Order: sequence, then C-alpha cells, then structure tokens
Amino acid sequence: MTGSSSSSDDARTDGDELARPEGGDHVRTDGGEHANPFATVGDDIERKQRIGRVFVAVCAASTLVGIVALVVLLADVLLEAWGWVTLEFLTYPPSRFIENYYPGGRGAGIFPALVGSILLIALTAVFTMVLGVGAAIYLEEYAAESRLKGFIEANISNLAGVPSIVYGLLGLAVFVRFAGFGESLLAGALTLTLLILPIVIVSSQEALRAVPDSQRHAAYGVGATDWEVVRDVVLPSALPGIMTGTILSLSRAIGETAPLIMVGAATSMFRAPIEDVSGIPVPDLFGPFAAMPMQIFDWARLPEGDFQHVAAAGIVVLLSILLLMNATAILIRNKYETR
Amino acid sequence: MSDSYSTTDETTDSEAANSTDTGTEARRPGETLDETTPSIQEIPERETVIEATDLTVHYGDVEALKPVNVRLPEQEVTAIIGPSGCGKSTFLRCINRMNDMVDAARVGGELRYRGTNVYGDEVDPVALRRRIGMVFQKPNPFPKSIYDNVAYGLKIQGYDGDIDARVEESLRNAALWDEVKNQLDSSGLDLSGGQQQRLCIARAIAPDPEVILMDEPASALDPVATAKVEDLIDELAEEYTVIIVTHNMQQAARISDKTAVFLTGGKLVEFGDTNRIFENPENQRVEDYITGKFG
Repeated sequence: MTGSSSSSDDARTDGDELARPEGGDHVRTDGGEHANPFATVGDDIERKQRIGRVFVAVCAASTLVGIVALVVLLADVLLEAWGWVTLEFLTYPPSRFIENYYPGGRGAGIFPALVGSILLIALTAVFTMVLGVGAAIYLEEYAAESRLKGFIEANISNLAGVPSIVYGLLGLAVFVRFAGFGESLLAGALTLTLLILPIVIVSSQEALRAVPDSQRHAAYGVGATDWEVVRDVVLPSALPGIMTGTILSLSRAIGETAPLIMVGAATSMFRAPIEDVSGIPVPDLFGPFAAMPMQIFDWARLPEGDFQHVAAAGIVVLLSILLLMNATAILIRNKYETR
Repeated sequence: MSDSYSTTDETTDSEAANSTDTGTEARRPGETLDETTPSIQEIPERETVIEATDLTVHYGDVEALKPVNVRLPEQEVTAIIGPSGCGKSTFLRCINRMNDMVDAARVGGELRYRGTNVYGDEVDPVALRRRIGMVFQKPNPFPKSIYDNVAYGLKIQGYDGDIDARVEESLRNAALWDEVKNQLDSSGLDLSGGQQQRLCIARAIAPDPEVILMDEPASALDPVATAKVEDLIDELAEEYTVIIVTHNMQQAARISDKTAVFLTGGKLVEFGDTNRIFENPENQRVEDYITGKFG
C-alpha cells in the first residue's frame, strides 16, 4: 500500500503525460493503486459549491436591477433635457411662457431656485455641523454609559426614520409660527437641519467610535486634558468620516420637497433670496425663497408639453449639484484615508 | 518542560553577570541562597517613588486587585510579571490613573507618588500623567509627523524651551535619531513596528517625566526590535524610574533590578531583587510560575 501510493506520487510529480491519461473515473472505479483520496468527501462539496454559485448569481442580479434602473432613469432625463440646459437657464428667473425658455428667446430658468437651494444647504450645513458633531462628541466622548444615554441614542436612531413631512409640520409650528421666522430661508434651513440631524449624529458617532482607544490613551499618557484629546487626536482622525456622513446627509436634504412645502417655500420665485447691503450681496435670511425641487415640481405640473423638458433640465441641474457634493465627500474621504 | 528550565537558568546567570558590572545591586546567585532572612519587603536602598498601601481595584463586582502593599524605588527598573489576568496591567494603570477611563473601575486604598496620594481630591490626573509617562503594548504613534509625535507632549504642557532641541534629544535617548533624522516630517505610521515603539518611548520621555510606565512594550515586536527596546530600557533607568509589565520572564530577568510577581486573583505574591526572585523565591507558587510549571 505504501509502495503504491508513493508510486502514484511519483507519477504525479513526474509530469502530466503520466498522470493525465488515467482519467478521474477510471481511477475511482479501479479502487486500487490510484484511488482518489478525496472521493468520499467530494459530492457534498460539489453541492455546496452549486448553492454558492446560485447565491452569487442572485446577488449579482440584485446589483444589476439597481444599476439598470438608475441608468434608464438618467438616460431618460438627459434625453429630455438635451439642449435645454443653457447658460440662460442657469442665470434667469423662471417664466410662465414657454417661449422664453427656447434657445434665443428672452431667457428664463432656474436661477432663484438654484441660489435658494445653495443658500439653504449652506445654512443647513453650518447648523448640522455644529449641532450634529457637538451632540456626537458629547455622546461618544463625554457621556458616561448609562440607561439615559442608551435611551437617547435609541431615540436618535428612531428619529432618523421619521417621515420628512413630519419634520415639515414641526418646522411650521416651531420656526415659522412660534419663533416668528415666517416662511423664510432661515425657517427652511432649520427644518432641514432637524431632518438630517439624527443621521449626522449617528454617522459622526460611528466616525468617532472608529478612532482607536490606543490613540486617546497615547494623548492622555503625555498629560493631555479631555479637551485636548478630543481636539488634537479624536477629531482630526474622525473628521473625514464626519465630513462624509454630513455631506451625504446634506445631499439628501437638498432634494427634499415635503418639509419645504410645509414651511411655505415658494414654488416659483422671480428673485433670488439675496439682499443688497451697500453694494455687497447678502443672503436674505428672513425673506421668502424657492428651492430647486419645488421649482421642478412647479414646471412638471404645467400643462404645456415643452415644460417637461424644462423640468428635466431642472432635474439635471439638481443632480449635477448632488453629484458634485457626493464627489466632494469621496474626495475628502480618499484624501485622508491614504495619509 | 526541561527546555524552560534551562533557558531560565541561562538568563538569570547572564543577569547576575550584568548586575556585577553595574555595581550597586551585585549579588551572585549563590549569595542570595546564603542569606538568612530574605524579607519580602526588602528596604530599598534608593528612595521610594511609588508606594501602594492596601491598593485595590474592582471592575464592577469583580476584584481585579487584592490589597497591594509595595514600595517601588527610584531610578531602577521594576518588572511586574505574572500570568494573564493576574492584575499586573491593572496595577500599572493605577499608577498614572489610566483606570479612571474605565467607567466600571473602582480604586480603593492609597497609592502615593513621592508621598502624595494620587487618588486624593487635590490631585489632577492630568498633572500626574505629566510626571509619569507611559508606553503601551501596541505602538500607538499619532497619525502625525515624527516631529509632531515627539513634540506633542511638550506643546500641550506649555514647554517654553527649544522644542527642536528637546525633540532631537528625546529621539537620541530613544535610540531612534540616526534612523529618522532625515525624515522628521514624514508620518510616524510609516516607521516599522520597532521604530514606532521607540518613537512612542521618545514621545513619553520628551516632557521629561520622572517615572515611565511600560505595559508589555515589546510584546508586539520581533526579536531584533525587542532587543533594541530592552537595551533602551537599560539606558533609561539611568535617568528615569521604569516600571515595566511583561509576560516574558526572561525579559524581566534580563532588564529589571526589582521584580514584583502577581499571581492569579490579582494578588501581589512576592516582591524583591530580581536575582533573588529568580534564584530563590520564597513562595512555592512563584517558584512554580518562574520555572514554568504553570502560567
């Protein structure tokens, strides 16, 4: 037996011309000197491998569905908008008359809503960075483990799932009416802040949690105070993660329509929410404003057929800004990860 | 089994030879055996820096450290050895109050640094940690430049001297200067594991603490890097008090002047001159542990 197995080893190592001619089946039935040592365990593995291949196929198909849907949607919008996204479209206020949107017409477009959306998102970014990151730092770095902390964290996670229209109602009650901001840019920004705050807090907490304790200990070990540890060690390490989470949340906020309807954003404005203070353009925080999603909605519901092209052009502008924001998030992440 | 016997013998022999060279602690293995009363609490010839009195630690309901009474002398290397989970790291982290960061940890008894109870109300742990540096098990340089790593402690402690000079001196003392002097601006994370650990040692000694705590500083390093760190510890003891936790008994025998043995249950079982502990331990279980019968 030992002699035969060693000879089969020799045959294998000697080269293919010796081992190959004796096919697998022959070896197995023969049962003698070239028996496949794995023959008894083979079938079960074969079956599992098949299940594995089916699983991969299902996963790949799932991926494909999402991608195909997205590509079709994008292609449709791009085709609709082809030729309608012009410089005039970006720099002129909207118009009721479709002729004004035609190339060579008087010029009409998305300008006030574009500026409104950008200001809205800029304000929201400032508010969420301060409130969201502040809350995350407190919960992660300072608050002691307790039932109260667990309760607060569970509620924050739940708030992330609350429909945006509910936040709109809250914004209407608190900011528009109670605080007296009116149907203004500020009220809109604060409402959007509430909407994305839970997501920003949770993602920032995750970024902070990803900073290894060994880093904190290193700083404490040379005599840093809690504040210095957070400022010099924890925040710099967590910042890329925090920024990524915040920017992605903001790109959700920029496409929101429901809460803005509730706080009374204009569907169509002919003036950007900008004031002229002694020659310097300043955002008009307390004035009315329009935002891109609402402007697009306004165009889409107009009966005249060509307005569908205008709406598509608006969507292209909105998507471009979204894409820009997401690209920024990815750039920030990559820049700091490779360091 | 016989293997571990022979290695223990070898290292203690060489340790004995080393200490003859250094002088003060010289004691041939034979002499320790002749001593009539090798008391557990040998009176240190040097001044006491750290003194624990009935020091206990509980993690929740679990007693991690049974009452510890010990006096650690200045400018010597004290090794703390013992099997896993015996409380040796817990004890080390009591000294600079790193246990404060564990919410569930409760410390009882007293731990005096130069006569002041570090758990007293008037002691700020931040101030304490400025006198007692620490080097951790896994090298943990900041993701900053080599220079900034070493300078960090100086900056937050408001060092008003020449930071550049101090950084160079610390890197020299950590035996790293020659390897990194041309790349001070590159990230500390680009160094090898052994270099990172020496960088962490440089960071710890830069603000000139009096005591340096080391928590298994070589356990994540390869033998060559370990040897370098051990040499370094030897040199550091000329200027600093070094307290080192190690699970490597040969290492303890090689580098330490005093040894404290913790055994399972968080009990400090024996403390004394390293030579005596390794040659002639009083406690049978310490002998069993050192000779490799368990642990």
